[in-house]
Amino acid sequence: MHLTQSTVGRKILMAVTGLLLVGFISMHLLGNLSVFAGPDGINAYAEHLHDLGPLVWVFRLIMLVIFAVHITFGIKLSMENRAATPVNYSIKKRMKTTFSSESMLYTGLILLAFLIYHLLHFTVQITNPEISAANLPFDAAMRPDVFSMVVLSFQKVFVSLVYIVGMIALFLHLTHGLSSFVQTFGWNNGPSHEKVTLGGKLVAVGFLLAYVAIPVLILARFVKL
Amino acid sequence: MDLTLHVWRQNGPKDKGQLETYPAKGISPDMSFLEMLDEVNEELIKTGKQPIVFDHDCREGICGMCSQVINGRAHGGQERTTVCQLHMRSFKDGDEVFIEPWRARAFPIVKDLIVDRSALENIMQAGGYPSCHTGGVPDGNAHPIGKPVADYAMDAAECIGCGACVAGCPNSSAMLFTSAKVAQLAVLPQGKIEAKARVKNMTDTLQAEGFGNCTNHLECEASCPKGISVKFIAKLNREYMKTIGC
Repeated sequence: MHLTQSTVGRKILMAVTGLLLVGFISMHLLGNLSVFAGPDGINAYAEHLHDLGPLVWVFRLIMLVIFAVHITFGIKLSMENRAATPVNYSIKKRMKTTFSSESMLYTGLILLAFLIYHLLHFTVQITNPEISAANLPFDAAMRPDVFSMVVLSFQKVFVSLVYIVGMIALFLHLTHGLSSFVQTFGWNNGPSHEKVTLGGKLVAVGFLLAYVAIPVLILARFVKL
Repeated sequence: MDLTLHVWRQNGPKDKGQLETYPAKGISPDMSFLEMLDEVNEELIKTGKQPIVFDHDCREGICGMCSQVINGRAHGGQERTTVCQLHMRSFKDGDEVFIEPWRARAFPIVKDLIVDRSALENIMQAGGYPSCHTGGVPDGNAHPIGKPVADYAMDAAECIGCGACVAGCPNSSAMLFTSAKVAQLAVLPQGKIEAKARVKNMTDTLQAEGFGNCTNHLECEASCPKGISVKFIAKLNREYMKTIGC
């Protein structure tokens, strides 16, 4: 198929999967913010998700495919781009590109490592078994106590730091990605792109602040058991 | 004014090459960058050394032959300026100036600062023209083309094919060059007919020639001596999307 081999086709695939992943982190963020509503917020949310049964697995499978496409092509395209410039300039000055655009491969790989840790921590629950929802008593409404798991986890400085580093990587990745997909979809009439770039940066800052608020406010004991 | 030049010297495509240092003494600020190199070459020839080999032709900024990365920027980084139109008044007495060729796998070095840009010609040959019969020279206004469309096509047609977009691109992609032609022809009646085949063939050739993939760094637009906008790459992407499923 031309789309998966062509230089423009693969760029479009990166943009489409990237945008779907932004959709995912938006939903995920809304769910996470329910932690601020206390056990009745996030525990009820977690139980509702769990009650979807087989749909959860359908969703996970779709996410796996999206991630696999985004990661595979991301690495492949980066390697091709490296091979296209075998000798570096002795001096190279950046004129328009940014640190976030240049570090997409690295922030992407950090996010992959973060994702694996995150799944082991909250989904498989093997990194901190003593405070995992599976091993904690049910809450007052007889639901798995996700709220206590989250709070007890982020009270550990190391765990919080891992999440904050992960979210900084996400911020850098989105700073490029959120304006890049607009260009890839062809939505650039020239003057519009500066505003799109600024908008992308603001949305990326929004994601960073909202996601980081959770470990930070728990560490600062604003949210406690 | 006196300058110190660090120039890339390389005997041929297989030679390793290295930066060599030469003094440029008594340079007038009114000289163009290429005239300054001519002066340095005169001195090199007098002392029995090989002159610095570099590409140039019209020396008025329209042919697209000059191709040097000066102090890390294609064409020296002055806005909308080719090397031949860059003047020594942009430099200060005592400056250290680094001069390197375009660096990309698709542009093998011929000698010193000259690279082989045939890869760009190959992209052009893959569809950068209408192959349908367009008849004789049409009467003026026989094809009614709106002013905004004509201007858009002219802006794209301003590309001189120098390759600065490739030299500036961290991925060595020739997407801006390719998009300028794709966009220009896609909006004009003669070009529209083969638009779908053109965008596919030209971008496939870009890839086959060993250029990198475009990842929207936008360095190309900043490096372009003709100010070609990345909006033409957006147009190329739209043109490509029309081919999906075809």
